Amino acid sequence: MACGADMDADDIDIDHLARLAALRLAGDERLAVERDLRRIIALVDEMQAVDTQGVDPLAHPLDATQRLRADEATERVDRERYQAGAPEARDGLYLVPRVVE
Amino acid sequence: MGSTSCQGWSNRPMTLFSSLRQLADALGRGDCTSLELTAAALDRARRLDEALNCFITLDEERAMAAAKAADRRLQGGSAGPLTGIPLAHKDLFCIEGWLTTCASKMLATFTAPYTATAIARLQSAGSVTLGKLNMDEFAMGSSTETSHFGPTANPWALQRTPGGSSGGSAACVAAGITAAATGTDTGGSIRQPASFCGVTGLKPTYGRVSRYGMIAFASSLDQGGVFARDVEDAALLLSVMAGFDPRDSTSSTHRDPWLESVPESGVGRLASGSLTIGLADEFFSEINEGEQRIDEARRALEALGIRCRGVSLPHIRAAMPAYYVIAGAEASTNLSRYDGVRFGHRCEQPASLTDLYERSRSEGFGAEVKRRILTGTYALSAGYFDAYYLKAQKIRRLVAGDFAAAFGEVDLLLAPTTPGTAFRRGQLTDNPTAMYQQDVCTIPVNLAGLPSISLPCGPHEGLPVGVQLIARHFDERRLLQAGAAFQQATNWHEARPPLEGAP
Repeated sequence: MACGADMDADDIDIDHLARLAALRLAGDERLAVERDLRRIIALVDEMQAVDTQGVDPLAHPLDATQRLRADEATERVDRERYQAGAPEARDGLYLVPRVVE
Repeated sequence: MGSTSCQGWSNRPMTLFSSLRQLADALGRGDCTSLELTAAALDRARRLDEALNCFITLDEERAMAAAKAADRRLQGGSAGPLTGIPLAHKDLFCIEGWLTTCASKMLATFTAPYTATAIARLQSAGSVTLGKLNMDEFAMGSSTETSHFGPTANPWALQRTPGGSSGGSAACVAAGITAAATGTDTGGSIRQPASFCGVTGLKPTYGRVSRYGMIAFASSLDQGGVFARDVEDAALLLSVMAGFDPRDSTSSTHRDPWLESVPESGVGRLASGSLTIGLADEFFSEINEGEQRIDEARRALEALGIRCRGVSLPHIRAAMPAYYVIAGAEASTNLSRYDGVRFGHRCEQPASLTDLYERSRSEGFGAEVKRRILTGTYALSAGYFDAYYLKAQKIRRLVAGDFAAAFGEVDLLLAPTTPGTAFRRGQLTDNPTAMYQQDVCTIPVNLAGLPSISLPCGPHEGLPVGVQLIARHFDERRLLQAGAAFQQATNWHEARPPLEGAP
């Protein structure tokens, strides 16, 4: 196999992935997601049959590079308007549970 | 007021089954007003939406206010190409002051603070925004069944899906509620529902239409486009929506004088004698239903003097698995912004910041969105990046190379849009990978960023079949000229669903 790594849909650590993705999965949902993910990884593993030796990855569909603009302030920060949709904001700050005791 | 809103030039009733050009003509001549047209569209939407569920938001007050303003513009002689015509937009486009949900519980109460460039351009051209349309949650799906607001029905067969993810848009146009609607296409989300609902669906070249204000799913694949009655209308809308936007760093600076001339002159005549269309077995081997219709479409094009010949796209089979890695990877990154802090759903009484993130996301996202995020997380995680993400990007280059080689020999490609016709609701919901197969003929086009259009080409057992044309980058001219020539030679695009109460 061209890419060396030992791919196997059975080695999915669903709890580790959920932690990385900041998702909490438990009970039946965890089992269902794990089962579906195995199927999906088995599907995407069909890629491994393709010989890609010497092929460069293509990130942009037209192979373009990111256009840069002049480093100038172009947006007006309208904090009040943008924070209007926040679940909890006060005095221009987003409120979250205490992080540091 | 009924759905037959006003009289056209030939004393035929103007309805929302008319084309954009017919409606613009009728408004320009004063045969009807935007208020009448908008009221008729609202009325029809209300009557049909109980069965279809294609709208997430319908805003009578705003729509009528916009119609009133449009009528003033029409009277004042300052009308644009779409002035007074009601349109509806996929609920993935931000419109300032409008609820913009992406069909997710995560954004169920999100009011957009700004307007997407594509929509702003349609509004500047005078169109009236009637409402926001249903879709698969975050555009992830092929059936419009994953919406937090319930599934959309196919106007041709209410127990079947309209396709997805832009299923609300396809159903809205097919049902004659609006003459056209916007959608987005990441792996087929315009073309597949257009095919299922018997309407014309255009996915432009990547970069043609600004993604600014389009809620991101997979940024290297997402492209805004349209659903319309015919190719001429699709071209008209594209001419309004397209163009460089400094607020989207992937927006193309490509100028296209032909496209700019479309509102005045239409798409123009195809030089069919010098055109060659390629057919790849790799696409045709995917067909389960409707092969005869696709074959008839090819013959209709040949009758116009277009040559058809076989081409080979050897890596197309690997496009689908590569797509689910790339789209998942980009989705897992893009959707990390939904953290329950700045906007969107937040869980009740979070015990800690981690608890807030995890429970807000777990409650706010549906099952398919979680599957995509986790697929992407897997592909990007330590130890798997080379084997999955880089591998997929290498296959992407091979797929793009296949198309480039084919376009060295032919001008356009013809392919089925979907393997079959609209499937029943619930038929594929328990089998995600079978659902993914729906997009097997559309996904390769997105990986390569090419423009493509799905055209109705007749029924199979009473359900619409679509045929797809694909062109070189920025060659919408040939794509749309060939599509328009096909629609001049056939009338499949004029077929209407047997809806109760349809005029």
